This record gives sequence, C-alpha cells and structure tokens, in this order.
Amino acid sequence: MRDGSAARAATVSVEPALEERRLEKEHEALDEQWRTPPGFAGWLISTDHKSIAVRYIVTAFSFFILGGINAAIMRLQLARPDAHVVGPDLYNQLFTVHGSTMMFLFAVPVMTAFGLYFVPLMIGTRNVAFPRLNNYGYYVYLTGALLLWGAFLLNIGPDTGWFSYPPLSGPEFAPGKRVDIWAQMITFTEIAALVTAIQIIVTVFKQRAPGMSLGRMPLFVWAELVVAFMIVFAMPAVMLDSSYLAIDRLIGTHFFNPAEGGDVLLHQHLFWFFGHPEVYIIFIPALGMVSAIVETFARRPIFGHTAMVLSMIATGFVAFGLWVHHMFATSLPQLGEGFFTAASTMIAIPSGVQIFCWIATIWSGRPRLRVPMLWVIGFVILFVIGGLTGVMIASVPFDLQVHDTYFIVAHFHYVLIGGSVFPLFGAFYYWYPKLTGRMLSETLGKWNFWLFFIGFNVTFFPMHLLGLEGMPRRVYTYPASMGWGELNLLASIGAPIIVASVVVFLVNVWVSRRRGALAGENPWDAPTLEWATSSPPASYAFAHIPVVHGRTPLWDTRDELPVVTGLRSDCREVLVTDLLDAEPDHRYGQAGPSVWPFALAVATAVGIIASIFTPWGTPVGVVLATIALTGWVWPKGRERRELLAGERL
Amino acid sequence: MRAWRHGTAFPIALVAVGQHAQSALDPAGPQGDRFIGLWWLSLAISVAVFVLVVIALLVAALRRRHEPVAVEPVVAPEPAGERSLGRVVNAAVAVTVVLLFVWLVASVRTGRAYTSLRAAGSARAPVEVTITGHQWWWEIEYPDTNPSLRVTTANELHVPVGRPVVLKMTSTDVIHSFWAPNLGGKRDLIPGHVTTMWFQADTPGVYRAQCAEFCGYQHAHMALMVVAEPAGRFRAWLAAQRQPAAPPTDSLRARGERVFLGADCTLCHSIAGTPAGGRQGPDLTHVGSRLTLAAGTLPNTRRNLAGWIVDPQSTKPGSLMPQNPLGSEDLQALISYLEGLR
Repeated sequence: MRDGSAARAATVSVEPALEERRLEKEHEALDEQWRTPPGFAGWLISTDHKSIAVRYIVTAFSFFILGGINAAIMRLQLARPDAHVVGPDLYNQLFTVHGSTMMFLFAVPVMTAFGLYFVPLMIGTRNVAFPRLNNYGYYVYLTGALLLWGAFLLNIGPDTGWFSYPPLSGPEFAPGKRVDIWAQMITFTEIAALVTAIQIIVTVFKQRAPGMSLGRMPLFVWAELVVAFMIVFAMPAVMLDSSYLAIDRLIGTHFFNPAEGGDVLLHQHLFWFFGHPEVYIIFIPALGMVSAIVETFARRPIFGHTAMVLSMIATGFVAFGLWVHHMFATSLPQLGEGFFTAASTMIAIPSGVQIFCWIATIWSGRPRLRVPMLWVIGFVILFVIGGLTGVMIASVPFDLQVHDTYFIVAHFHYVLIGGSVFPLFGAFYYWYPKLTGRMLSETLGKWNFWLFFIGFNVTFFPMHLLGLEGMPRRVYTYPASMGWGELNLLASIGAPIIVASVVVFLVNVWVSRRRGALAGENPWDAPTLEWATSSPPASYAFAHIPVVHGRTPLWDTRDELPVVTGLRSDCREVLVTDLLDAEPDHRYGQAGPSVWPFALAVATAVGIIASIFTPWGTPVGVVLATIALTGWVWPKGRERRELLAGERL
Repeated sequence: MRAWRHGTAFPIALVAVGQHAQSALDPAGPQGDRFIGLWWLSLAISVAVFVLVVIALLVAALRRRHEPVAVEPVVAPEPAGERSLGRVVNAAVAVTVVLLFVWLVASVRTGRAYTSLRAAGSARAPVEVTITGHQWWWEIEYPDTNPSLRVTTANELHVPVGRPVVLKMTSTDVIHSFWAPNLGGKRDLIPGHVTTMWFQADTPGVYRAQCAEFCGYQHAHMALMVVAEPAGRFRAWLAAQRQPAAPPTDSLRARGERVFLGADCTLCHSIAGTPAGGRQGPDLTHVGSRLTLAAGTLPNTRRNLAGWIVDPQSTKPGSLMPQNPLGSEDLQALISYLEGLR
C-alpha cells in the first residue's frame, strides 16, 4: 500500500451499537449494488460469480447423471455375452456420448465451476475479474451441452468415440451430421473453458486480498491457477483439430485425407496434445480440493506447502509432454518412444510428493474423520491404484499389450473417478454448507461414500483382468466362448451399487437443502477466507476486504479478521492488488448485469450451429457476434466511465 | 477351454477357440513372454507400493481416533517434528524415484528385446505377410516375386512356429489395429501408412487376434485366427493356397458354381480359376479350408455358412455384405460348392 493508504487498513472497533447500525446500512447499500436483479430476466443477465458457478455445478452434475445413465445401459448390454439389449449403432452412440459428456460437459466445467465460486472468496474479493464474460461462458457451455444431448435423444448422436479418429469420423465413413455435432460441441466447450480460464488467471493475479502474496495463496487457488494456464495452452490445439475435422467434412478440405496428401495421424497429435493435459485439467483441481479438506480436518497447515505448489506446477508442465503415449501403437521411432515413456513415468513423482505430503499432514495432525475426509481417504486408495497402472502403461512394450483394452478402461476410471470424482464429492460435502447455509447429513454421506467405494471397485477392478484376458474396449458384444462373461457380469453388478450411491447423494442434497442443520459461517473451523463470509455468502461476499498475514488467515487471527476499508459502496468496486505481494494498487468499478453477454452467446450459438449445415454459418455468426459485441462495449455515460476508470491508490 | 496345442491333426471343427486363445497372460512366443516378465515385475512393485501407502494412510488417519478432539488447530507445528516428517517424506520420494527408474530400465530393456527379434529376424529369412484392414475383415497376402505364387486369403494368418514373422500392414478405409495378445503387442493399420510388426510363435496352436482400434459398427466382430503350425504343415498349407480353386466334381457343386457366378457374389468376391474377380470382399478361393466365417465371428459350418449367405445383417449388422434371398436348392448347391473350395 503506497502513499498513506495504510491508514485505511484498520481493525474495525468503534462503539458497538452505533457501529452495528452503520454496518447494516453499509451492507444494504452494498447489496443494492451487487445483487442480481430478481426473476428470470435477472437470471439471464446475472454477473454474480456465485450464482453462475452454482448454475455450472448443477448443470454439470445433471450431465454426470445423464452420462452415468449411458454407462449403466452399456453395462446392461455387456453383462452377458451376445446380448441384444442395444445394437451396435446405439451402443456406439452410448459410449461416444458417455465419454464426451463426462469429459467435456461434466468434469472440466464442474472443476472450473468450483474455481469460479471459491477462488474469489478464498482470495478475498467480491467477484471475478470479467463478470460479464462469466455469464457468456455459461450460456456457451449450456448450448454445447444441449446440442450434444439433443442430437443423442434424436438418435443422431455422434458415434465415433470421444476422440473421433479420422478417417472413421471423416466425410467418407461418417456421413450425416453426427460428427459435426460432436466437433461443434467441442467448439462450444472450448470457448467456455477458455473464458473461464482467463477470468481465473486475472482474478488470481490482480484481485487477491492485501497481504495474500503468491506464497500465501491457498493450494486450491494454486490448483485452479495452474489449470487455467493449462487450458490456455491446451485448448488451441483441440480448437484447430475440431475445426480441421469440421471443414474437412463441410467444405472438403483434406487435412486428414491421406488420398489427397493429408494425414490421419495429424488429428491424433493435435487431439492428444490437448487430450492428455485435459485429464490433468480435471485432476489438478481435485488435488486442490483434497488439500483444502485435509488441512481443515487434520487441524494443521498442509505439510510441505511449497512442495505441493511446485508439484502442481510440475504436473502442469509435464502433462504437455505425454501425449504420444496415446499413440504408441501407431509405430514411432524408438527414441521418441523412450522420451514419452520417461515423461509419462516422471509425472508420477509430483503425484507421489503430494500423496506423501497429505499423509504426513494427516499423520502429524489431529484428524477428524468426517464425511469429506472419507472421500479423501477413498481418493488416495483409488488414485494410487490408478497411478500405478498409469506407470505400467507408460512402458511401450507394456502398453502395446493393454492399449485400447479394458485394462485402459479400468486405469482411466481409477484416475478419473478415483482421482477426481471422489475429491469432488468430498469437496461437495465440505463446501455445501457454504453454498446453501446448511449441513449435509453425515449418515447419508457415509452411505453415499461406502456404496460408491464398493460399487466402483466391483465395477472397475475386474476390467483390469478383462483387458489382460484380451477384451478390447468399445466392443458392443463378445462371444460366450471368450470366457469374459463372469467378469463382465461382476462389473455390471457394481453399476447399480453406484446408482444407489448417487441416489443417496441426491436425497441427501434434497433433504438437507430444507432440513439440514444450520451451518453458520465456519462450521468446520476451516482456515481459508471463504469461511469468513456468511453461508451462503452475501452478494458482495465481503463488506470489507480482509487483510491476510499468513497461509491460514482464519487460524492466524482467531478473534477478528483485519480488513481494509475505503471501497465505495455505491458502485461495484473491487480492490486491485499487485501480482506478487498483493499490495493494493487501485480500486476498480466493475461492470454490472447486462443482456449483451447473453446476446453474444446467442450469436455464437447461431454461428456455430449453422456452420454444421452450411459454410455461411461462420459469416452470419461473425456479423451477429459483431453486433452483440458492439452493444457490449458501446460507450457509457461520463459518470459510468469515471467509475470504471477507478482510482489509483 | 484351451486353444488347440501340440496336436498332429488339425480338426476344422475345433474352432470354438476359447479362453486364453486371446490372452496376454498366456504367452506363446518371445514377445508375449517378455510382456509377462514386465507384468509380474510391475505387479510386484505396485502391490508393495499400494500396501505401504494404504497402511501409512490408514494408520495416520486412525492412530489418534481415541484421543480427545483437539479444538484449536495447530498453526505452527513444532520445527523438530516437521524436520523428521520431512526426512520421511524425502525418503519416500527417493524410493519412488528409484522404483520408477528401475521400471524405466526394465521397460527400455524389454523394448530393446522386442527390437532384437527384428534385428535377428532379418538374418533368418522371416516370413513376410501383408495385411490390409477393411471394415470389418482382414485381407492377408503372402507376397512372392513370382506373381503366380502369391497367396491371398482372409481372416486367417498361418505362420510356421519358431520363425520370425514380419507383418506389413495398412488399411484401405479406417484405422484398425492388429492384436494377437498371446503373441505380442498390437500395431495399428493406418490408411496412408505402412506399419510393420514382428512376432514369433513358439508354441503351435490357434490364437485369436482382434481389431483393437474402434473402427465402426462391427468393430466387435473383426477377429482373425492365427494358426501357428510346424514348418512342414505351413509349407503344405501355403502350397495348397497357391492352387486355383478345383473345378466342381459333381453336379450339385457345379450348380453351386453357376449360382455363385450368376449372382451378385462376383461383384465383391474372387475365386481364382473362375471369372469371379471382385476385390471388395474376402477372396473365397479356399474358403472351405478356413476355420471361421465373417472375420472370426462364426465357426465355419454348413449351417453357419447358409445363415451368413442368406442374412449376414442379423449376425453382423452394418456389414457391407447384402442379404441374398436364394431358393433352398440353389442355396444348398452354393454351400456345397463353397465347402468344396478347400
């Protein structure tokens, strides 16, 4: 804080009654500014990161359930050899939509959505940096999701797998619009992810509470920051890729056509250059969630905070050097194989460091085994299994046997469900009180956990063996003589156990929403700033921006949190601080609700969906988007401009 | 049920190739053996690591469960305790690094051993086979400098035991992947590329291979039989395959040939020695000698053949072979004719 603004940092301690009334008035004024206008219109134009993040979470979870229904039907089909529950056409749609839904419509959005909700609260600011962009991102994501599922429900869902290799997905072997729908669904979710990543990066870099230097940032915020950078670097590759595929199909370019000098392997390189980081984009936020839960419930700061941060950054870097291990069977030069084997093995080191640090934290702490901790313990157990099989398949000769078999299906479900969905459930139990103001039931939570843990292992553990016994993935049936029947039946028995677990979860959420115990501000006595807000947080989150003196602010100062005052309450002002040490730099008046982000989302949707059918979709979309953007940035009145200009401190 | 092994006769009826005929855990050649070595090594390391981590985790979580709950968090843990904790964590990381390095070395050595077959194989006159992937069957050719000695067959790869085999593979439509788990890893068949794969079968037997890269509707029904037999038998088989189809010897089969040549069959299928020269579907010159029909989907029996010809779509929906509504007498004649193509 420069030139005397330090005077504004003071613990609030004036005469109690008077002070209370003054505060109440200030809160009212702040809420007046920050709250979302009521009704459906308000919902359309909202710029509140909390309400948008909750929408993301609810939408993503709905698609988790839909993707799960896909999976349940597949397990029904595979329970017996030579079954006829579904035919090859529907089966191919089922696994394509299942994979695409879980990766693009559930995992990435839900992980970044937790970031959108909690990053601003954990770093002590009132909103994300580009609130209107946030609203735009959600509608773009929603359109992509509805496009995919609309097509699937009309029985024209994509059927070439979630990585859609050409030529199978090319114009010659995949007529119709199925693959175009898939490619444009990717475009929608890409835009949404990029938009979210930019918001998280800028919010984290410029809006941290005074005193929260990079070194004091909570690990969950670090995780979201690393992931945001990964999205920025990974998404352009898949954007190129899905665009090449779309225009190969739409206007007959030959990027992937070997007959005209294109190369089908180009798609695989571009896709996996994105696709491998993608799994870490899903996994790293989960690491942040686990760290948050472990810290709170072990009742001590995370052991090896710096090592944890460096591990996440290292994972983020190395994740970009692994993509070729998805392509070992395509014939590579041996030196290249060696490089990618070494990189794929190396990524186990940062994961190991983090697991050891969590165990050290729990070991030296006073762990309370509440439901979020159960999920963390389940996570470690399952993730270690998935990590070990991951190291196995880093080896080329090993991978050549199990690549594209059920061994791989088992492996990636252990790392994705074990590594991400378990922490996500833990995070949900942990943060539900903040989201709603009420606690989830511990009893139902335990049922939820144990059913999921058992059901998951019954379903996926046998798949390791099935793969070694020769069962390829993506087969809609198999002959009885192969001897895969028993293990498949076992796997299918696990599926309803998982379904039961999810039903218990939904009941818990439903019942606790009305009848759960009231949570109060900080029911777990957790150390990070989101717990300094009311539950659920007020529209402006913090009446006064807190000042941070350590990594565990609510434990460092047990009585009252020091705050800075001086932000205006008659406009949407946020405090901008500098990148390294979070020293206050200037105040900034944020933009409020607007209909233009929604209009831009509509323009984007029209352009992208139309370009499934005609090349004219792109120019039409560009014109519409230009109109919407013009409205968005149309010069405001003088007073408004002054507000936006902010004030340097 | 095991794959046929060490037998002297080759019973055609024995095509219900069962468990372990397509399993990476039951190797029948040097590549498969090396995978097994790698598998047991990784399994041993993994079980040890898993047990240690889970024990540490559970002890850490449960060792103080009977102590009274601490109300206040420990904000600044004792430095001495932290240091010793740090030493344990560092040691665990060091062990991890060492284990990963052991694994890396084992992997590279196995990779080299795979290649050594290629190096040694070139000197030992390998059997060269060309495989072309189609939706959803395998075209198999034994090339020869003399065109009249070339052999084209489908969905059945015969190899001599104890001799290296080199597969040169490509695809005319989409990407497929050749995988015979008992004999070694897999290799993709990629349009526009020629990929090679070396393997050797040491134990005679019938092994099942299956397409491992998703290739559309009938990816599930794209299998291949690998018949590994003693060198003499292999030579005899190759010699027989080089012959054109024998002309029908009885009137029933002669009628069958007329049915075949008069119907749509010839648009897609070839039978050497007859005018049928289609190249869209499998070559049928010696179809009667094969173990299976429809790329490993059905055992090659009279009944299955009839069903397949009349209504391929019920067995393999989406297959490029159309339905062929034939009268019962024509059908019987056609089947007798095809069965006779041995």
